[in-house]
Amino acid sequence: MEDNVGDSDPAKRKFWLGNEAIAEGAIAAGCRFFAGYPITPSSEILQHLSKRLPQIGGVCVQMEDEIASLGAVIGASWAGVKAMTATSGPGFSLMQENIGYAAMTETPCVIVDVMRVGPSTGQATLASQGDVYQTRYGSHCADYEIITLVPSTVKESYELIIQAFNLAEQYRTPVVFLSDGHISRMSETFRTPEKQPIMNRKKPTCKDDPIFGTTSDNELVPPMPSLGEGYNVLVTGSTHDLKGFRDTQDGDIHRKLVHRLADKIIRNKEKIIKIERNKPEEAELGIISYGSVSRAVWEAQELAEEENINLAHLRLVTLWPFPEKEVKSFLSGLKNVIIPEMNSGLIVREIERCNDEKTNIHSFSKIGGGEPITPSELLDLAVSLS
Amino acid sequence: MTEEIREKFLRVVPKFCPGCGNVIVFDSIISAIGNLYDTMDDFVFLSGIGCAAWIPSPHFKADTIHTTHGRPITFATGVKLANPDLKVVVISGEGDLAGIGGNHLIHAARKNLEMTVICVNNLVYGMTGGQLSPTTPQGAITKTTLKGNIEYPFDLARLVAYVGASYAARWTTAHKSQLQKSIEKALKKGQKGFAFVEVISPCPTQFTHRNLKTFKATKNEQNLGEFIDIEREGFVKRIHSSIEENHLMR
Repeated sequence: MEDNVGDSDPAKRKFWLGNEAIAEGAIAAGCRFFAGYPITPSSEILQHLSKRLPQIGGVCVQMEDEIASLGAVIGASWAGVKAMTATSGPGFSLMQENIGYAAMTETPCVIVDVMRVGPSTGQATLASQGDVYQTRYGSHCADYEIITLVPSTVKESYELIIQAFNLAEQYRTPVVFLSDGHISRMSETFRTPEKQPIMNRKKPTCKDDPIFGTTSDNELVPPMPSLGEGYNVLVTGSTHDLKGFRDTQDGDIHRKLVHRLADKIIRNKEKIIKIERNKPEEAELGIISYGSVSRAVWEAQELAEEENINLAHLRLVTLWPFPEKEVKSFLSGLKNVIIPEMNSGLIVREIERCNDEKTNIHSFSKIGGGEPITPSELLDLAVSLS
Repeated sequence: MTEEIREKFLRVVPKFCPGCGNVIVFDSIISAIGNLYDTMDDFVFLSGIGCAAWIPSPHFKADTIHTTHGRPITFATGVKLANPDLKVVVISGEGDLAGIGGNHLIHAARKNLEMTVICVNNLVYGMTGGQLSPTTPQGAITKTTLKGNIEYPFDLARLVAYVGASYAARWTTAHKSQLQKSIEKALKKGQKGFAFVEVISPCPTQFTHRNLKTFKATKNEQNLGEFIDIEREGFVKRIHSSIEENHLMR
């Protein structure tokens, strides 16, 4: 189920805020329902869609809180409409129970989290990268797997949010789109791609098709009907069988369900994971980055070249499922690798897990004030390690 | 309910505690639907967590969504906005709708969202073992108010009537025929605005045997009946009239 929906006017150059690119990318992906609650630094997504969605037959609704927002998104998705919400850390925390529900009920939806400084209210208007673990382990009993994508430019925000919808539809899963206060609130000039493939959820072909499980081990994603189509769907966050009937006692039914929820993501890692890698053969020093920090790495690479330092770079576009294989292959042969993050050093832990102890891993952490990691800071570190 | 209706509208027969009023509410809802409609194919029933949330799911032969605790109204909002042709009915308890989900109840009523909400008020958190709920009467003994409840309870039917619902009524499970008529009315009115029916249904397992005096007090007829019955444009209609072009969303 694939058709192409391109930009209506590809020749026109865009000068968009990151948040506007997310909103417009969502529309291009087929999103026709948005429910949200205002929160800095994500509010422009809600504002933009409150204007744009009604123009194209969609619905944008401002809810009473973030819990209600994701609840409405899940309801809309079951009604057959591609749906999204957007928030920042505090609101993302409130959504966690419903994220687990969406994972358990296999409800395709996209949740945008524009990361800001915490813990708690922290420095509300400023950027951070502190929610990377919350996307993976935020909902209780995180025995499922989730997909998290992280953009590094405004253009990529547009393209990647389309990818987020495609993955949500293909794998019947919530997808977290993890932007941050820098990417979301900067404006950049770019051209939208002429054609982007658009994926839609697979529908059942007959009323007896199981819609909450599969009978074949090769087919891990069940088809999904919409409400009102006569399927008498039984949607529940409780452990359920292939037809949706609750079974809250049988251990086997639970294990089978939860393992499949994880397997449908893990076994498709190759198709899901997206990275960007630049590793000159002679490089002994590398940087692994994600999100807005990658921009400093790009410039640091140019500066390093002037100093005759070969700097390898791995950029994680998919953060979850974690690109272990790609990180391992990148680390191989490198003496030192720097992990710059706008948090106290979180994803560095995942990278250390992938290290065979032949590479020295250096966490470069910067928190507070929304201060970006600068190219010269990375260059200084690179020089000291060369 | 008749055998014919049971066959047509039920997937499985429910099991509740002996003496539970859910049975009367269950029968009233299904009978009301049977009196008004031939099919439940365009109905979506949503419920949260708690005993009353088990009334529709998995028993009704219709689309049902058993949501997270307190949130059925939020899910229902998304369903109705995304497909206004569906008839959306929320059935849940007072702990779910007025306790943890109280904010959603107030805002849905304020917006006059087109849905029917049936709240089974059993005066206590029954499923978790009998703790204080937001409607537990003053002085009532619960597992967390052993010396008697010191709080003032919510008056749910009046609350939603005050904040903007189109229809609000309250009956007890001792008023079966009035209840069923109110549900019929609420099913029809719920397609145009927020329609709310509260059913006082004291929990026989966790409440009544500890509170025979307060149980009697709930029979006070002045507190029963319809509290509002008006015509007011609903939120979904208003939002859809703002959609500029007549595109099909789905």
